Order: sequence, then structure tokens, then C-alpha cells
Amino acid sequence: MTTSTASAADTDALLDVCKRIRRHIVEMTHAAQSGHPGGSLSSTEIFAALYFGGVARHDPANPQWDRRDRVILSKGHATPVVYATLAEAGYFSTELIPTFRSLGTQLQGHVVRNKPAGVEMSGGALGMGLSFAVGIALGHELDSLDDDEGQIFVVVGDGELNEGQNWEAIMSASHFGLHRITAVLDRNHFQNDGPGDEIMRIDPVGDKWSAFGWGVQHVDGHDVTAVRAALLTARARTDAPQVVICETVKGRGVSFMASNPGAWHGKGPSDEQLAQALDEIEAGLS
Amino acid sequence: MTTTSAPPPAATREAYGPALVKLAEAGHDIVALDADLSASTGGNKLAASFPERWFTVGAAEANLISIAAGLASTGKTVYAASFAVFMPGHCFDQIRVQIAQQRMNVKLIASHGGISVGEDGASAQAIEDLALMTSLPGMNVVVPSDAVEADAMIRSAAEDNDPWYIRLGRPKLPIIYTDGPSFTLGQADQLRYGTDVTLIACGLMLEPSLRAADSLTQEGISARVLNMATIKPLDEATIVRAAEETGAIVCAEEHNVIGGLGSAVARTLALHCPTPMEQVGIDDTFGQSGPWTALLNEYGLTSESVVEAAKRAIARK
Repeated sequence: MTTSTASAADTDALLDVCKRIRRHIVEMTHAAQSGHPGGSLSSTEIFAALYFGGVARHDPANPQWDRRDRVILSKGHATPVVYATLAEAGYFSTELIPTFRSLGTQLQGHVVRNKPAGVEMSGGALGMGLSFAVGIALGHELDSLDDDEGQIFVVVGDGELNEGQNWEAIMSASHFGLHRITAVLDRNHFQNDGPGDEIMRIDPVGDKWSAFGWGVQHVDGHDVTAVRAALLTARARTDAPQVVICETVKGRGVSFMASNPGAWHGKGPSDEQLAQALDEIEAGLS
Repeated sequence: MTTTSAPPPAATREAYGPALVKLAEAGHDIVALDADLSASTGGNKLAASFPERWFTVGAAEANLISIAAGLASTGKTVYAASFAVFMPGHCFDQIRVQIAQQRMNVKLIASHGGISVGEDGASAQAIEDLALMTSLPGMNVVVPSDAVEADAMIRSAAEDNDPWYIRLGRPKLPIIYTDGPSFTLGQADQLRYGTDVTLIACGLMLEPSLRAADSLTQEGISARVLNMATIKPLDEATIVRAAEETGAIVCAEEHNVIGGLGSAVARTLALHCPTPMEQVGIDDTFGQSGPWTALLNEYGLTSESVVEAAKRAIARK
């Protein structure tokens, strides 16, 4: 496990951001009465660390800045955490959040590139994000970006690793020596049909990644300062692509989701469930 | 025809590598990708002169397409090459989401299209690729009839920021455009004027269609010939004009009769100018091994088939 170096003030700020992101997630899936809260709640600390922990270098006022770091959601159904984060980061007004999944909205059910600005890749068909990152990294090499410019963080799901294309990409990233790529695995142990170990076992996933030539870190995916530290370590490495395996809980922060994650892959909470969820998020319960 | 000696036959795929080199020499910010078939696609010719602009990803077509999309997102003009059975066959989803939906500047170079691949047999013979590619919103789909036209397509694609699917072929074909290409995306090229029937062809069926027009002329039938090198966006105005002026249409293509050029033309006619129409193509069946010329005969992709189809269409007026 990676230890944190963040100050107490930093930690408090990150914890507060996590609460706001979680509120948006349950509110928007409640408003839409659909969407994917479970895998968004499990990714919350990952996105908070990337955007608010000083990891990803980006500029909401200039989203096409060509030396920016790019955060790519490969598990493209977890749009609530992306929209919540981008709104909090200033890419668009939080007033848009209730339009999630409604006709004509920018906030599509699955990610669509540049809708809104800040979304780097269209997704929803699993397994494409790491390959897309390989292409970006090759382009950055051609353009001779400095080593610490143009990093690419790809958030992948553990169920998503069933898709064979991931392993094509993992193989090619090390073959091409693309150190700018950091995969961030949301290891929440649940996929659409049930527990990952029952559907399709991926362990020992860290050993697999290591065998493919990547640097591997394991971290508690709900310790936001630890996630931040691991991502900063990965960002600084220039020898090989890196993966940060984040142990998470699907539905984290909302008790009835976390205790029954199979039921909360793809649906929104009722009015009563929303009220309970918001109370629990405010109280910081897990 | 000029009196100088005819240029030697060439495969449309042979245009690809030299066209890439010309683009790079002209300063285009291109990158070309292959998937372990670069000697066959000709992509390796770029590797020889501009090695930093060429990558092979191994035999991994899904990875190929998503990498191409990622490269395009950094501002490159990307050419991705494989065989037409594998691209789109192995990677339709990646093309759909990452190239078409994201409207990426990626040119898909699908070599070895159609049954003229020959001896490798059914698994290697793409007869459905045009159906898949034309079904994608925003995808430009073109099929050259000779190597001169292929060169023009590959290079003009670099001037456009949208995705293209360029279907190339394996066999050496006679050069039709001996005086240079006349390719413009979305525009049919009328090679013969005629008043009794219009033969609309693409790819390797253009040359037999020109011969069919000659045969029909000898029988007193005036046949118009259109090279419909762009399947999408389709030149509907030229098709409707031909239907109105000749009253009979034949489509000829090296593709399943379902979902290719003939289907696109039939839709246009049905919507805008219902006209007797006949098709020459692969009759909803898979191919088999054999020399490519024998396969064309076996599946009716011949000048004689076009002549017979023309007579049937005229008889239905």
C-alpha cells in the first residue's frame, strides 16, 4: 500500500470533494431513474485524486490545451462520477447535472467525446480506453512532448478486463515503452451479472499486469490521500507504463448499495433511498 | 486511347505504400498503422523512408483501430491498414464507437477486398464489408477501379478530416485511367454516354462493364457507364438523371448483392425515380478457394453477366 504525504488540510479538502461528487452521483441517477451509481461511487476517490489532488494537469478554461494530461473513462458507463467531477472542476455548471440522460442533454448515458468539454473519449463499449491511450501516447512521442507532459490516466473496471482488447493494449503499451500511460483499476469486484470471481476470474491481476511489463501498485481505493500518492508516483515514472490497482467497494458511501452491489450496477434510487443516501454521504459513512 | 503502350496492370493495393510516401514527403502529418500484414498492404513502404511515422501493432485489429483513434485525437491524419475481412471484420465495434461516432480523422485501408483474394478461400474473402461500413453515419466509403484511382483516393483522403473506408484489391487489373484520375469524393464519373441503359459499377467490375458496353453497342444497344467509386456519400443526382434518361439500370460490384452498391442505388431509385434495375454481384453466398479469375466466372462477375443483366433491365421498361 502506498502511504500518503498529503497535509491534513489537503486531506480535508479531498474528503469534502468526495462528498460532493457522491451527492451528485446519487442525485443525477435519481433524477434520471437510470444510470450507473455503483461503479461511480467506487471510482469517486480515484476521480477526486486525479482532478483535485494535483495529479492530472488540466485547465477547464482551455480544455483542448495540447500538453494537458488526459483522464479517460474506459468503463464508459460510469458517467455520473465523470460529470460530477467535471462540474466540480469547473468544466460546466452543476445546474446541468439534473439533465443527465434526458433528451438533448450534453450529459449522455455513456461518455461522448467533448460532450461536455473535458470528456476525452467516447465509450460504453468496454475495453477500448487503454488502446486509445496507446494512440495518444504515440502521438505525444511523435510531437516530442517532455516526459512529464501529456500523461494519460485510464480508469478501467475489473469486469471490463474480461474484454480481450485490454490485453492487446497492455501488451502494446509496454512494447512501445509508453510511460505516459497510467491505468487506474477500479477493483470493485462486481460486474453486471454478479461477483467478478464467479463471472470471470481476473486474479492474480497485478501479476498479470506485471508480467506484461508494467509497473504495479496496490492501494486502498477509498483512501483518497493514498490514491493520490500512488497516482503521483505513477505519474513520475518514466521507465514503463504503470497501473494503480485500487481496491474498492461498489456503491461505497451508500449502505444499501454497498451491501447489495449486484442490485446497483445500473439503476437510480427512489425518493426515499435518495434521502437516505444523501444523509449517509453527509455523515461520511461507508 | 492513346497510341503509347498501355501501362502494365497493377493491383489497387499497390497504390497504398507509394501514396503514403508521397504524402509524407509533401509534409502531411500522417501516421500509418499496420497489423502484421504490412508487406501485403504495402504500408511497410512508409516504414522504409519515414520509420517514425509507421507502427505495427501485431495481429490485433481491435487495438489497431482504437490506437488509430487515439493518434487522431492528437491531430494526426491516421491511415490504418489490414485486410477487409479483418477490418471491419475483427473490429466493427471499435470502428463504430471510436472512429465513426467520434468522427476521427482516420482512413481505413482495407486491402484484399472481395472474392478476388482467390485461393485463401471463404474466410479471407470480404463480401460484406461495404454493407457494414456504409451503415455507419459519417463514414465515407470508396472503392477504386484501378491503381491510378486508388492513388488519387488515398491522397485526397488526407485533405479531408473525416473517416474514410477505402477498399483495395489483391489482383493486378488493367489501368482504366491511363490519362490520369478523375476522382472526386461523392461524384460519379461517366465513362461512356448512352441512352438505352446505364451500367453502374465500382472496383474491379468497372472494366468488365466497359467491355459489356462495347458488346451492347455491337448489338445496337446504347449503354451509359458510370464509375460509382464512392458508395457513400452516393451521387444520387447522377443516378436519378441516368434513370430518367436511360430508363434501365444495372449495378455491378464485387460484393454481396445485399448491402453494397446495388442496394444503395436501388434505394435511391425507389425513393426518387422507380426504374427497372438488375444486379450483378455475389448472390448472398460465401466464396471458396480458387484462382481469382475462375472465382469471378463461378460467381457471375463477368462482362457477359453485365450484358445479360442489361438486356433483362431493358426488357422490363
